[in-house]
Amino acid sequence: MSTSAIRSVPGLALLTAGLMGSALVLALIVVPEDADQGISQRIFYIHVPIALTAYFCFGLGAWKALLLLWRGEERHDLESYVAIHQGTIFGALTLITGSIWAKASWGRWWLWSEDQLVLFLVLFLFYCAYFMLRFSLEDGPRRARSSAVYALFGVVLIPVSFLAIRLAEDLIHPTVFTRDGPQMSGSMFATFCVAWGAVTLLAYVLYRVELAGKRLDADLRDLREALP
Amino acid sequence: MIRARDLEKRYGRRRVLTGVDLAVPAGGFAVVTGPNGSGKTTLLRVLAGLAAPTRGELEVHADRAQLGYLAHEPLVYRELTALENLDLFGRLYRVPERRERIGMLLERFGLWDARGSRVSTYSRGMTQRLALCRALLHDPALLLLDEPYSSLDEEGAELLDRELGALAGERTFVVTTHDAPRLHRLATVEVTLA
Amino acid sequence: MTYLADVAALTRKDLRVELRAGDTLPAMLLFVLSTLVVFHFALPEGTGDDAAYGLLWVAIVFAALLGLARAWVPEQEHGVLDGLVLAPSDRSAIWLGKTLATLAFLAAAQVVALPAFILFFAPLDLTAIAGVLLADIGICAVGSLMAAMASAGRSRELLLPLLVLPLAIPLIVGGVGAAISPESERYLLLLALYDGVFAVLSWASFEYVVTEHSS
Repeated sequence: MSTSAIRSVPGLALLTAGLMGSALVLALIVVPEDADQGISQRIFYIHVPIALTAYFCFGLGAWKALLLLWRGEERHDLESYVAIHQGTIFGALTLITGSIWAKASWGRWWLWSEDQLVLFLVLFLFYCAYFMLRFSLEDGPRRARSSAVYALFGVVLIPVSFLAIRLAEDLIHPTVFTRDGPQMSGSMFATFCVAWGAVTLLAYVLYRVELAGKRLDADLRDLREALP
Repeated sequence: MIRARDLEKRYGRRRVLTGVDLAVPAGGFAVVTGPNGSGKTTLLRVLAGLAAPTRGELEVHADRAQLGYLAHEPLVYRELTALENLDLFGRLYRVPERRERIGMLLERFGLWDARGSRVSTYSRGMTQRLALCRALLHDPALLLLDEPYSSLDEEGAELLDRELGALAGERTFVVTTHDAPRLHRLATVEVTLA
Repeated sequence: MTYLADVAALTRKDLRVELRAGDTLPAMLLFVLSTLVVFHFALPEGTGDDAAYGLLWVAIVFAALLGLARAWVPEQEHGVLDGLVLAPSDRSAIWLGKTLATLAFLAAAQVVALPAFILFFAPLDLTAIAGVLLADIGICAVGSLMAAMASAGRSRELLLPLLVLPLAIPLIVGGVGAAISPESERYLLLLALYDGVFAVLSWASFEYVVTEHSS
């Protein structure tokens, strides 16, 4: 763990709390309401960042998995696992916030026409199976390598699934980012960015905390065994 | 040929091998003994490259083509005949003059008559002999044999004695066994696992 | 090329072993036929043909899972997989041999199942059949790898469908789309993309699944 104060976990946690607080204030109070969708649109400021963060976590998990297979260093297994764990949690939150948004905007808790939601459902199932895979294998190189390969499959599945879902469904999800740029006013965009930064930082802090916790567990176990 | 220092192998929290040192020169014959569960099989798996040691240093100066491995399991397909099994492994190991070599080994181990029958019809002793043929098929420089005498009848054991006697000194061996006295005359290194 | 010779030898071995053990192919066939009959009773009167195509794909995927669950069993009896892994040949050849053999069995089951489907339910045009073939490749490629992963652990029969089904979703979309959509080329392209990407990924990563370290 680095000694620089700004990079230490407590420092980051404080920064996260600050950012999250500002994001909430901005999203709920400061920013003007959307003309079309009204108050329910405010959920968007938390839903989309959570979704993007979930993608980021899965990507990080896949990257660590690649490092494990490529360099063979054992520590990458735990890093990959924790990243995917975080990703799955944020994935579940995406489904929940997305569902709330759907209910508020269109009156139903689930819509198969919502590409992003459906994609997250597929990914959520995929990554839940990741944990089942890990659970069924004994701790060791076999489990680490199989998990890593599976994590890589996940990341490749994201664009392929997206294409498949696109082909399978009509698109009525209001696209926020068009080819020209975000269809949001300046203050909306700024709020979105603050919220996105906050949630990403939150995920990173949780990742570091969980990783440190698991490493500590492992070290304690080693110590206990070394004692007579 | 083999140099191992402070080898450790863990499966989760279970430590199967601890602090194992082993040095086997080319042409050497190492005999590994120890009670059940002491990690003899695991040691051979680590030496073969099937298992990665969790700690320690290991050098094995033989690549996959030069390594012959006899496991607890026979490592042959039940639904294939002896000929088909050896033919498959002969191809994978790029054995030159494959057919002749297979014929010779089958005859040497008394399996020639049963060569066209499926392994599922074999007795345990016959299966073990076939497994030995498989391990010796590509004339490996390093042979790792896990309790080779198990399941063999008197005749089979004598065939194996003869084979080991002929190869010892020219090939390197690491053999685990319960029956140390039998191999004592061939052994150049003896290791006991706790 | 010795690589292709290895794959040929391994595929031959897989075909031979399965034909002699003889239980998977009849089971897959019977399973598909039974499922189709069940679907007839499960679909209410007046349901369009489109629903039938959807169910065809469910039947195909589950039949494939049945075959895949047994795929690595011969290697587990007598621990043969270790023997294959220790050979100097490329480990990916083991995967390729197994995938090709499984593909052959799935296709063989479909040679009976597809005509039965046409008889019971609805016609299948050339693009639909192309979709079936492309999807077969995808599911066997990915399924062989996942089955190998699952067989190292416990509850492997439970685990395999969980690992494969999310990955099979794009294949189902592609297959059904190829059968019913007027723009079937897009769906065939999706299937081809899936096959290309995932087959290569499976081929390249098999080595890592069956070894503990690079040697």
